[in-house]
Amino acid sequence: MIRNPIIEIESLSKTFTSTNGEFHALDNINLQILEGEIFGIIGMSGAGKSTLVRCINFLEKPTQGTVFFNGRDLSRLTKRELYSIRQSMGMIFQQFNLLMQRNVMGNICFPLEIAGMDKRSAKMRAQELLELVGISEKAYSYPAQLSGGQCQRVAIARALATNPKVLLCDEATSALDPATTQGVLTLLKDINKRLGITIVVITHEMRVIQDICNRVAIIDHSRIAEVGDVEKIFSNPKTAAAKRLVFPQDQSIRHFSGTRCLRIVFDGNSSFEPVIAGMVLDFRQPVNILFADTKNIDGRAFGQIVIQLPQDESVADGMIEYLRAKNLTVEEVEGYV
Amino acid sequence: MFEPQIVSLIGWGFLETLYMTLVSTLIAYILGLPLGIALIVTDKDGIYPKRYFNLVLGIIINLLRSVPFLILLILVFPITRFVVGTTIGSNATVVPLVIAAAPFIARLVESSLKEVDGGVIEAAESMGASPAQVIYKVMLPEARPSLILGSAIAVTTILSYTATAGIVAGGGLGDIAIRYGLYRYKTDIMMVTVAILVIIVQILQEIGMKLAKIGDKRK
Repeated sequence: MIRNPIIEIESLSKTFTSTNGEFHALDNINLQILEGEIFGIIGMSGAGKSTLVRCINFLEKPTQGTVFFNGRDLSRLTKRELYSIRQSMGMIFQQFNLLMQRNVMGNICFPLEIAGMDKRSAKMRAQELLELVGISEKAYSYPAQLSGGQCQRVAIARALATNPKVLLCDEATSALDPATTQGVLTLLKDINKRLGITIVVITHEMRVIQDICNRVAIIDHSRIAEVGDVEKIFSNPKTAAAKRLVFPQDQSIRHFSGTRCLRIVFDGNSSFEPVIAGMVLDFRQPVNILFADTKNIDGRAFGQIVIQLPQDESVADGMIEYLRAKNLTVEEVEGYV
Repeated sequence: MFEPQIVSLIGWGFLETLYMTLVSTLIAYILGLPLGIALIVTDKDGIYPKRYFNLVLGIIINLLRSVPFLILLILVFPITRFVVGTTIGSNATVVPLVIAAAPFIARLVESSLKEVDGGVIEAAESMGASPAQVIYKVMLPEARPSLILGSAIAVTTILSYTATAGIVAGGGLGDIAIRYGLYRYKTDIMMVTVAILVIIVQILQEIGMKLAKIGDKRK
């Protein structure tokens, strides 16, 4: 299926000028985000990703370059036009940013009031959204009475109220615990599927990208380092920035005698087959698992394992063959131990 | 001291004090609230930055606030005479009270609005809210408990100003305290008026705190 780009970022730069001089937050960014996809933007903190997402809805005006939304150049809009176009771009935040003096219903009605909808229709729409995000029973609670996960659900409902075409998520799960994060990510995926809304996810966590994104851009030192399908970048990261994000950082174990390390990527293989254990039994040689991050989704395995191979070269080569025969993506990683 | 005419004098003074305090507070808020909003909105980190306007406004407010009230009272006699036709009595006192209180209230409002989380304002902007909508639908409602507490401070400060105005025959309890207590050595009358002032302050402060608490949904 050929999808049209809904957001086009063209040679965009953003420079902040302060008394300490100039700071180039973004440097010549070019990106196309396609209609209906979940697009990830990942980078270390300070890489410029939060500035980038704020340029998409022009909360930050780019110093150079521009953004096209549905073919319209945002830099050529009047203020009024910009306010109305922002109603077709919802946004959620790390700290939720709910109105503390309004209850859940009031928060969800807020963007509808801004858009000029009458109170009754706004309430009915809010009710629908509460059901969509699964917190109907909290309609008359105040944000201070809700958990972080519930707050983010309210924020999502609020962002969706005006039927936006795009949902921008700025570190939306970074303030949540792992279980709650999973719930929110599942909700985002579900919304993408059901409403066909394009989602842009800003994060510093590779897990979030792996979980829900179709494509990803890696941003490093104010520039785009790499863009592509998540599976491709994950199984074959080309740039240093991509490798830093894909590879785990803990490298403390060094007692095993082998020197060759192998990264095995699971991208949907059967999780019912015990591959590593089977290999160890077949070769009668142990391998050392240095890192493992896999999960089971509907009987299919996703994630990666880094193992250290035995000293014996022929056994090590045999193991690589064995894994390849199982249709797993395997690559040797250097300098891991 | 509880002769009927003294009692009615103090009763009348009490009503005059309340009248001056409440009317001045109301008018001072009508002027001070928009000024406070203007201060925060046109700040360089505000939602509608206007550097020079903000600078000039800040200087004017500081100038008015740095004049001691007793001096301001006399300084604005020409304005008072122009507006009210006289410089004595409670109606005349309202004029300098408003001039002194409005800039003070502008600063109180500014500090209350500064407490509103920038993220919430950004969220509203991301939904396409105009600066006016951000002010009316986000900043003022979110700062409501703090604004109410600020108004309790404003009203009690204005109350104490009314007493100062007694020195220029400004009417109210302060006037009585000075005329009887200071000029005629009737200490008992002075003590009673001071006691009443203390009680009014307590009650107003208490009401302010209660209202702020009732309206606060953050806990």
